[in-house]
Amino acid sequence: MKSAVIVFPGSNCDRDLAVAMREATGREPHMVWHKDSTLPEGLDFIGVPGGFSFGDYLRCGAIAAQSPIMREVVAFAGRGGHVLGICNGFQVLIESGLLPGVLMRNATLKFVCRDVPLRVEEAQSAFTREYAAGQEVTFPVAHHDGCYVAEPDMLERLEDERRVAFRYLDAVNGSMNDIAGILSENRRVLGMMPHPERAADARLLGTDGKAMFRGLAESLVAA
Amino acid sequence: MKARVFVTLKSGVLDPQGAAIGSALDGMGFDGVESIRQGKVFEIEMADATRDEAAEQLDAMCRRLLANTVIEDYSVELD
Repeated sequence: MKSAVIVFPGSNCDRDLAVAMREATGREPHMVWHKDSTLPEGLDFIGVPGGFSFGDYLRCGAIAAQSPIMREVVAFAGRGGHVLGICNGFQVLIESGLLPGVLMRNATLKFVCRDVPLRVEEAQSAFTREYAAGQEVTFPVAHHDGCYVAEPDMLERLEDERRVAFRYLDAVNGSMNDIAGILSENRRVLGMMPHPERAADARLLGTDGKAMFRGLAESLVAA
Repeated sequence: MKARVFVTLKSGVLDPQGAAIGSALDGMGFDGVESIRQGKVFEIEMADATRDEAAEQLDAMCRRLLANTVIEDYSVELD
């Protein structure tokens, strides 16, 4: 399985994501700079990492979404490629139009940085296939703008189509329906505020996130 | 040509920052404030272009970058 991690000025979880991918796949991901205008050949997976791309200027993820490489990421997703956006990466995917809705300032106005319990709502995706639907996991969150908001029709559609992949078990940021992560229509793009890559090493903060990278590696090797 | 672009939250979209500013004003003794919404203003200096061309470009800027039209409205003033 061949993977890439996109790096923006201000990304700070790119290496954590790369380590989690390397551990799961046995191969070093390509680190791709935002100004590049082409992706490596034959990619199976792209990770868009957390951080504070472009200092969160204008709106979180808005400027990164206009980077040359994001045109290629959107095209890759359009061809059915798998893309995971975590935290700021989720904001970038939303601003790129790959996922619906918007991530607003946390309802409490506070930056929230702690481990949060989540429920895996949907196991039917390459990202979540190693979890059981309904399983509870703990991932860290660290964000100021993670309050998920969508128009009522879209919210209903996300629920009906079982595209809410993760839900918070307690109030974290004011997200509608406690949504922590959502899938695209073809279930190959996942955006989420919590950090599975920061919970993928027993020496650090737990291992609940490992199953996501294992699931990706297994389904994309088989593909 | 000078332009001013105003980006504001659509009505009905929760604005916790506006609410916090409102309660600060209230705490300072400005008790005449009934509601407050926070937004952004961009002052843009445009290179020589006709008014119509500038207006068209500014509209595209708003749609593609300056505003997130899911939650924000925008308006443009040209000098």
